[in-house]
Amino acid sequence: MSIASIRPGLPLARVNPVAKVAATVPLSIVLILTLDVVSASVAILCEILVFTLVGLGGLLWSPRTLPIWIAAPLTGVSMVLYGAPSGAVLWEFGLIHVTEGSVQIGLATTARVIAIALPAVVLFLTIDPTDLADGLAQTLRLPARFVLGALAALRLVGSSIDDWRTLHLARRARGIADRGVVRRSLGQAFAMLVLSIRRGGTLATAMEARGFGAGTERTWARVAHFGRVEWVVIAVGCLVAVVSATVAVTTGSWNVVWS
Amino acid sequence: MSIRARGWGWRHGGRRHPAVRDLDLEIAPGERVLLLGASGAGKSTLLHGLAGVLGGDDDGETLGELLIDGRRPADARGRAGLVLQDPDAQVVMARVGDDVAFGLENLGVARDEIWPRVRAALDSVGLALPLEHATTELSGGQRQRLALAGVLAMRPGLILLDEPTANLDPDGVREVRDAVASVAAATGATLVVVEHRVSTWLPVVDRVIVLGAAGGVLADGPPARVLAERADDLRAAGVWLPDEVPWRAPATSVGPRHPLLEASQLDVGRIAGVAVQRGIDLQVDAGRVLALVGPNGVGKSTLALTLAGLLPPQGGRLAASDLLAQGLRTEPIRWRSRDLLTRIGTVFQSPEHQFVAGSVRAELEVGPRALKLGEGERRARVDELLEALRLGQLAGANPFTLSGGEKRRLSVATAIATRPRLLVLDEPTFGQDATTWRELAKLLVGLRDEGVALVAVTHDEVFVDAIADERFELHPQAFEVSSIATSGARGSARR
Amino acid sequence: MHTSTSPTATSAASGTSSTSSHRFRWRVVDIVVASVIGVAVGVVFWAWGVVWGPISAPIEALLPGLQAAPAAVWVIAGVLGGLVIRKPGAALYTELVAAVVSALIGSQWGGLLTIEAGLVQGLGAELVFAIFLYRNWRFPVALLAGAGAGLAMAINDLVLWYAGAAPLFATVYTISAVIGGALIAGGLAWLAVRGLARAGALDRFAAGRELRTV
Ligand SMILES: Nc1ncnc2c1ncn2[C@@H]1O[C@H](COP(=O)(O)OP(=O)(O)OP(=O)(O)O)[C@@H](O)[C@H]1O
Ligand SMILES: Nc1ncnc2c1ncn2[C@@H]1O[C@H](COP(=O)(O)OP(=O)(O)OP(=O)(O)O)[C@@H](O)[C@H]1O
Ligand SMILES: [Mg+2]
Ligand SMILES: [Mg+2]
Repeated sequence: MSIASIRPGLPLARVNPVAKVAATVPLSIVLILTLDVVSASVAILCEILVFTLVGLGGLLWSPRTLPIWIAAPLTGVSMVLYGAPSGAVLWEFGLIHVTEGSVQIGLATTARVIAIALPAVVLFLTIDPTDLADGLAQTLRLPARFVLGALAALRLVGSSIDDWRTLHLARRARGIADRGVVRRSLGQAFAMLVLSIRRGGTLATAMEARGFGAGTERTWARVAHFGRVEWVVIAVGCLVAVVSATVAVTTGSWNVVWS
Repeated sequence: MSIRARGWGWRHGGRRHPAVRDLDLEIAPGERVLLLGASGAGKSTLLHGLAGVLGGDDDGETLGELLIDGRRPADARGRAGLVLQDPDAQVVMARVGDDVAFGLENLGVARDEIWPRVRAALDSVGLALPLEHATTELSGGQRQRLALAGVLAMRPGLILLDEPTANLDPDGVREVRDAVASVAAATGATLVVVEHRVSTWLPVVDRVIVLGAAGGVLADGPPARVLAERADDLRAAGVWLPDEVPWRAPATSVGPRHPLLEASQLDVGRIAGVAVQRGIDLQVDAGRVLALVGPNGVGKSTLALTLAGLLPPQGGRLAASDLLAQGLRTEPIRWRSRDLLTRIGTVFQSPEHQFVAGSVRAELEVGPRALKLGEGERRARVDELLEALRLGQLAGANPFTLSGGEKRRLSVATAIATRPRLLVLDEPTFGQDATTWRELAKLLVGLRDEGVALVAVTHDEVFVDAIADERFELHPQAFEVSSIATSGARGSARR
Repeated sequence: MHTSTSPTATSAASGTSSTSSHRFRWRVVDIVVASVIGVAVGVVFWAWGVVWGPISAPIEALLPGLQAAPAAVWVIAGVLGGLVIRKPGAALYTELVAAVVSALIGSQWGGLLTIEAGLVQGLGAELVFAIFLYRNWRFPVALLAGAGAGLAMAINDLVLWYAGAAPLFATVYTISAVIGGALIAGGLAWLAVRGLARAGALDRFAAGRELRTV
C-alpha cells in the first residue's frame, strides 16, 4: 500500500504524481462517453502492454488488482439482468429481462470497469504521498495549508501498521484485548481514530510552532519536476485513449451513452 | 528577542482555574533562562503562549498581556521555535530530512539553503541517520533529537525548549545541551528552557525563573543566587535542586530470591525476524527493582515489552515461574489480555498510546472493570491512586489535556490499579518535579516491599542510584559479525 | 451523557453555535483533524470496496437498485467532517480527502472517477449544511445531509456507471441511495461524532465541548 510507504522503489516512482493521475484522465473520459466492448477491450490490451513494457507487469497481476477482477464482472452481470432491454429477449423472470441488448451492455460494462480501474490502481501504487503533496501544491498550486495538512494526517493515520501494532500491545496491557477478532478490531479501529484525532490536535500545534500557516510565502525543499518524462507519460495516456476511441469508431461500435 | 508579560495568564477551555496567572516578566534579548516550577505549574502553557500557539477564543481565555519584541506572539509565529514536551506528537513528515526541512520551508528559506541547514542541524543533535530514514522507525530518544533539529535548523530568535532531554541518555543530554548552547551563542537568540533537572542546564543559563504553583513568579535571578538564597522555598515548591536526591529507598532485606521471570538467551525485536538485542540472560525477582539502562535506540523498550508479555521473543526463552504464572502456561506472550492484568502491568514510554478513556477517572477504572471488580472496590482503588499521585483535582479532565508530568503519573497509576505482581515501567520518572518524583518513588518502593517485582527502563541516574536494587545495562550490538563480537558486547547484570 | 466537573459551559447544550467573527476561518487544527477523519474514513472506503462485490452481488441479483443503500457508506465522510469541523467546505474537503486516499490505496472505480465521485458526494452534504447557514448541527440536519450526499451519489452513478439502465432501476436506485444516505451516512456519522466527543477526541471543537461540558 502506498499510503504509508516511503517512495516505493518501483518503475515510474520518480515521475511527478500529478502526471500519473493526469495520464489516466483522457482514457477515463473516452470510456465514460461510450459504452462498448471494443474501446474498453482495446484499452485493456494497451494498458497491459504499456505496464509490462515499463516493468510494472508484476503489480498488474498482484493481489492488489484482485478487487477489480472481482468487481468488474459483478457490475456487468447486474447490467445483463437489469440493463435497458432491447433486441431479442433471451430470458425473462420477474423484473429480469435478459435481452441481446442487455448482454451487450453487461459485457461492455465489465470491460469498461477493468479498463478504467487498472491503470489507476497500478499507477497509484507507485505514488509516494510526499511526492503527491509536492505535486499538488507545486505543480497544481493547490493551497499549501490544506495539502500539507492532509499529508500530515496521512502520516498520522498512515503509519497505521506501526501504530496499530503498538496500540494492540497497549490494549493488551490494559486488559481489553480479549474479545473476538471482529469486536477487537472494531474497538481498536475506533481507538485508533480517537488517538489520531487527539494527536492531530497536538500535531497542529507542533506545525504552527514551526511557522506553518503563519502567512509567509512558503518555499519547497523538494522540487516537483514537471519535465519531458511527465509529458511522455501523459502522452502515452492520451495515445491509449485515442487508439481505443479510433478503433471503436472505425469498427462502428462507438456508442455514446446518453444518445 | 525580548519578552514582556504584564499580568499575563491563560485558562484552558474546559478548566476552572487558569494554568498560568498574574505573570509579570521581562526577558532581555539574548538572555538564557531556565524555567522551573512544579509539575502542572504552567511551564508548558507559558512556552506555548510565547510561541503563539495557544489558539484563540475557541481554545481558552487570555488574561493580561504577553508581548515578544513588542508584538503579539501569534503575529510573530515562526520567529520563536518551540520544541514541544511530547516528542512523539511533533513528527510532521515521513522522512527524517523532510521533517527537519518543514520549518525552513514555512519560513520561506531558499531551497539551496535548506538542505545544508538540515544536515547541519541533524549533525548538531547527533542524529546521524540518512535523510531518507523513516520517522516512524525512530526510538523515543531519536525522536526527541529530531524535534530539536527541526527547531534549531530554523535559527529562531527565541528558542523555547520544553524538557528537550527528558528521553535522552546521559551522553545525549550533554550533547544536546551543548548543541543548543552553541546555536544560541552563534545566533544571539534568546533561550527559554524548561527542565526539572536543574543541574543539566546550570552551566549554560544565566537566569533562573521559578513559576509558582498558585500563579505568579516564585523566584527570579542569577542561578547561583536564586539557588543559594531561596533553597528552602524552592525545595518546598518541588524544584529539583542540583545534586540533591529527593528520597532514597531503604535497602531490601537480603532474603532468598523468588524469581518471577527468567530470560535465557533471549532475542528481542519488534518485527518478526529482526532482533535488536540477542542473547539476553536476565532474572526478575519478586520484591526487587531492576533498572534497565543503555543508550538511546539500543532496544530497552523492546526488551521491556517482551518481558511484559506483549512482544513475542525472537529467539531464546522467556519463562514465568509458578509464582507469576499461577497456573497458566510459562510463556507470558500466550496469556490472555485479562490474565496479564493481575500478573504483569506495563507502562509504555509514550503515555498516550495507553489512554483509552475520556477522563482521568474513567481511565483508571478500565483495568478494574476488565477484572470485573465491584463498584465499591473499584472506587476505593481509584480514589486511593488519585490521592497518592496528586491527580484528584483532575479526575474529570481528559487524559490528553494533562501536563507532561501528569500524563506520566496517570499512566503509572493505570498499571498499578490492577495490582499486578510484576510491573514493567518504561521511563517512569521522566518529567517529574522533585515532589512528585518522591511520591512516585515511595509508591513504587511500597509496592516492592509488598513483594511486587519492578522492571524500570530509565535514563534517570538518580532513580537507578536511589531506588533500583539491580542494574542491567544494554550495549549496542553488531550483528553482522555474529558469535565472537557479540559475546563481548552482551548485556551484563551487576548483582 | 457525559458529565464533567468543569463549570465552564461553552454554550448551552443545544445544536446551534454562536456567531463570532472568526466562525468561518479554518484553523490549522481544523485542517489537520478534517484530514485525519478523511484519511481514516478513506481507509474504510477502500476496505468497503474490497468486500463490496460479495455484499452487493446478491442484492443486485435479487433486488436491483437496492445496492445503493449499502453503497451509501461511501458518503459518510462528508457528513462526519461537516459535523465535527462546522466550517464551510468541511464536508466537501473531508469527503474529497477520503476519496483520494481510497483511490491511492487502489479502487476498482479508478483514480479520477473515485475522486470525482468524492467531490460530487461531498457537495451533496455541503449544500445541506449551507442551506442551514452552517448554524444547525442537530440530528435532523445530519440525516438531511446524509440524504443530500446519497442523492448526489445516485445522480453521479446513474450518469456514469449505470448509463443505459431502465427507468425503474434508476428510480429504485435513487430512492435507496437517499434513504441509505440518511440512515447510514447521516445517522452513523451523528452517532460517531457523539462517540468521539465522549472519548474526548473533540475537545478542541465546538462539537466536542457541547457534548462534554457540564
Ligand atoms: N490543552 C489543555 N487543556 C486543558 N487543560 C490543560 C491543557 N494543557 C494543560 N492543561 C492543564 O494546565 C495545567 C498546566 O499545564 P502545563 O502543561 O503548562 O504544566 P507544566 O508546568 O508544563 O507541567 P509538567 O512539568 O508536568 O509538564 C495542568 O493542570 C494541565 O492539566
Ligand atoms: N516501531 C518501530 N518499528 C521499527 N523499528 C523500531 C520501532 N521503534 C523502535 N525501532 C527501532 O528499534 C531499535 C530499538 O528501539 P527501542 O525503542 O527499543 O530503543 P530504546 O532503547 O528504548 O531507546 P530510547 O532510550 O531512545 O527509548 C531502535 O534502533 C529503533 O530505531
Ligand atoms: Mg510541561
Ligand atoms: Mg525506549
